[in-house]
Amino acid sequence: MRLPEQPNERIDRTRPVRFFFAGRPVEGFEGDTIGSALFASGRRVFSRSFKYHRRRGLLCCSGGCPNCMMRVDGVPNVRVCVEPVREGAQVYAQNVLGSLERDLLAAVDHFGGPFTPVGFYYRTMIRPRSLWPLYEKFLRNVAGLGRLDEHAGRSRRFDTEHRRAEVLVIGGGRSGRKAARSAATAGRQVVLVDERGVAGVNGDFEVLAPARAIGIYEGGLVPVDAGGVLYRFRAERIVVATGALEQPLVFPGNDLVGVYLPEAVRRLVDDWSLKPGERAVIVSADERGLGVADQLQRAGTSVVERIDLRSAPPRTLEARGNRGRLSSVVVDGRELECDLLVMSGSRQPAYSLLAQAGARVEYDADRGIFVPTDLPPNVEAVGSVAGELDPAAVPAASFNGADEGGRCFVCVCEDVTEKDMKRAIAEGFDSIELAKRYTTVTMGPCQGRLCHAPAIRLHAREHETDEATIGTTTARPPWAPVSLGLLAGRGHEPAKRTSIHHRHVEAGATMMWTGLWRRAHSYGHAGNEALNVHRAVGVIDVSTLGKLLVQGPDAARFLERLYPNRFGDMKIGRIRYGVLGTDAGRIMDDGTIARLGEEQYYVTTTSTGADAVIEWFEWWNAVWGLDVEIVNLTGALAAVNVAGPRARELLGRLADVDTSNEGISYLDAKEAVVAGVPCLILRIGFVGELGYELHFTSPYGEYLWDTLLEYGADLGIRPFGLEPQRILRLEKMHILVGQDTDSESNVLEAGMPWIAKLEKDDFVGKWALEHVQGRAFREQLVGFEMTDGVVPAEGGQIVLDGRSAGRVTSARLSPQLGRAIGMAWVRPELAREDAEIEIRVNGGVASARVRLKPFFDPEGERLRS
Amino acid sequence: MSFLLNCPNCGPRDVNEFACAGEVTSRPKASPDLRRLTDYVYFRRNVAGVQREWWYHRFGCEIWFLAERDTRTNEVLKTELPQAPTKRPAAQ
Repeated sequence: MRLPEQPNERIDRTRPVRFFFAGRPVEGFEGDTIGSALFASGRRVFSRSFKYHRRRGLLCCSGGCPNCMMRVDGVPNVRVCVEPVREGAQVYAQNVLGSLERDLLAAVDHFGGPFTPVGFYYRTMIRPRSLWPLYEKFLRNVAGLGRLDEHAGRSRRFDTEHRRAEVLVIGGGRSGRKAARSAATAGRQVVLVDERGVAGVNGDFEVLAPARAIGIYEGGLVPVDAGGVLYRFRAERIVVATGALEQPLVFPGNDLVGVYLPEAVRRLVDDWSLKPGERAVIVSADERGLGVADQLQRAGTSVVERIDLRSAPPRTLEARGNRGRLSSVVVDGRELECDLLVMSGSRQPAYSLLAQAGARVEYDADRGIFVPTDLPPNVEAVGSVAGELDPAAVPAASFNGADEGGRCFVCVCEDVTEKDMKRAIAEGFDSIELAKRYTTVTMGPCQGRLCHAPAIRLHAREHETDEATIGTTTARPPWAPVSLGLLAGRGHEPAKRTSIHHRHVEAGATMMWTGLWRRAHSYGHAGNEALNVHRAVGVIDVSTLGKLLVQGPDAARFLERLYPNRFGDMKIGRIRYGVLGTDAGRIMDDGTIARLGEEQYYVTTTSTGADAVIEWFEWWNAVWGLDVEIVNLTGALAAVNVAGPRARELLGRLADVDTSNEGISYLDAKEAVVAGVPCLILRIGFVGELGYELHFTSPYGEYLWDTLLEYGADLGIRPFGLEPQRILRLEKMHILVGQDTDSESNVLEAGMPWIAKLEKDDFVGKWALEHVQGRAFREQLVGFEMTDGVVPAEGGQIVLDGRSAGRVTSARLSPQLGRAIGMAWVRPELAREDAEIEIRVNGGVASARVRLKPFFDPEGERLRS
Repeated sequence: MSFLLNCPNCGPRDVNEFACAGEVTSRPKASPDLRRLTDYVYFRRNVAGVQREWWYHRFGCEIWFLAERDTRTNEVLKTELPQAPTKRPAAQ
């Protein structure tokens, strides 16, 4: 039922909106919230409380308290008092078994008391330990808030937007708008964040609404929750105008349905033309609470009694109810029949955001309020949050009589009563911070809006001291509940794809992640693909390799300082294998370095190490200030490796240069045109057979791939993936950095002493390698061959006389050799040809023999042929 | 950490765009003994106060630069490019 049209009502009576509550239709109007429409339909009970499942109704009607939280269209914990109505919305009560009227879990309120004292989850249900899973399941079902729909998946999409503001005003009340206007008039770019209101441009400044600042972080970062979008504001100046929070009073029955804060009554009547009750009692510490008499008069509610705490505070106050609904108020023993009680303690500045930003909070004993002081630079407070409040009485910590009648709730979110607080103090949780954690007061959905000041007052009374001595609890973000989805933002899973990617997919390759890259694991049969490289010719997409051009007068010097190798003596058109190290001597990455000109080198890195190597190069270049330029060509160039005994024949058909062994020898780099595409050909042999790496501009990727497969068809060409490549390189004992090496590996112990030219004046890692050389080796990287065919797990333990003597880093079954082979770090005394080792496999041990030379083509004849 | 950093190239940007490589260290000039090498590789002064450190604009222009930051307040007092090479170092 609605009242006659009110002067400033927000509803548009010509535009009805229909939604569903528990499956039944509810009518409201445009301008209603789901809460006001439910209220209009006669609903007074909106939720069941967190712990005791007591009936709860609208209390603050401003989106602050937990009393109206429901599930709306699958989203739990929506405060329906501020959630606008929308056509067809599906609204359900939460945390009830049955219905709001008949909640079976309400038994907790009647019988659970002795079993659920304060901190009960730390005590009551601890023993026997083995029953805890059962307890937990029970508690999770009984207590708590709404549930997520497990089957809905990510039904909502959230976005993040980074924004800047010269002046960010938080709060759209009178003071906030005034501050925004004056800053805008002064020519500043102003954004105002308003929890209510309407978004748009208001004169000279922008209004974001409905939106909520959820914290103030370092550097003027203010995340603003605007529903589906999280704005990360960087503000030069922040004006906090969050106003003040109406405070409840603590007395028995203060949570009954029908007990309201003044603002709730004001909104029910003014905004939605609803009659809040028939007979009202007002108990107020300030003019604001007493002032709702105007609204009540207009609504036709009779005011039975107005109690002004400033002049005549009662000693005791008790609300009595029937089935959770208010039926009377007893003031100092005088019973007043009523169905509406408006309570108002002194309002408290909503200082949490300021405290998060670093402000100190001081207690003003005369006014009974907590006022923010010592604001950090660039942050200011205006209006009531700064303490500009009408005079008010300081209410008593509680109006409970000596006999302690019904439950006095200090915290309605978590169902913490005065008795709980006293008990916690008696148990020794005497600091407010400890008591907060033990009782969970201020830790519920209202985040202390309604319970922080009352809790401090209660502590002050129990300790016979003042509020200033008790102090406040630490304010931390978020200031309002936030969906995790909003913080996570949109799901991003960035992937890098080579220009030949789709050919692999079309060929049925199993794709896998290597870092951010998507690569072909194999095209169906890794073993056969590896064999085909040995017997005919294979082609693999190696576009993921890092590719750098290093050029300039100091290019040779730069590389010689970075790598243990020598590069200055290289002839133009030659290639050298290089291993990058750090000053700790650790192996960082490896790759090939081709000298293209007097002052120009082409460097390749591992696929996953490319970004780190580029940063590394750039950093040393910044440190040394040499005359050298580094160009990252990783994405610009595609690369394929054509490998196998028939690779030369294939390349001969397509290249415009002499591809004989004299024309392009092992470790030669040559520029040529292949099938019309300008390429840099690198003759290297990572997979152990005659091979040519072709590097060329990415857009030709698919074309050249297709052409190679077409012209190589009669030679038996087949693409091969990463897995066959791993088998092939293992047969050659070529290391994979990060697989066979770790954060302690150096080139000497990894069996590559020829790389380190310790006679050079200096290079990164030189001194550490000198020290390694000066001491005995701790472990060495070797190959091993299993006696039987079993393949040990990578990471498997190597044992000697029952004790650990190393670990397996790589192991594969080689189809070419018909044996299980691998690499391992072993104790130095085992690093000799034919040494017998044992490896733990499936709970037992299997025997193996150490190999120091490559398993396949140990002299490298096939590479060079 | 959520402050702004003034990239010498791009201007003030969110710190999330950058990678910090820690305080500026001085690399020993000649072959150090093990203790000095270990100091250089593993130990940092870790000052509570103004620290000179390396930053990399990883999600931006990809340059390295130096910043002076107060580690207690995250106030960045200064950012600058490393000194440009004025002349080629003498050949070794």
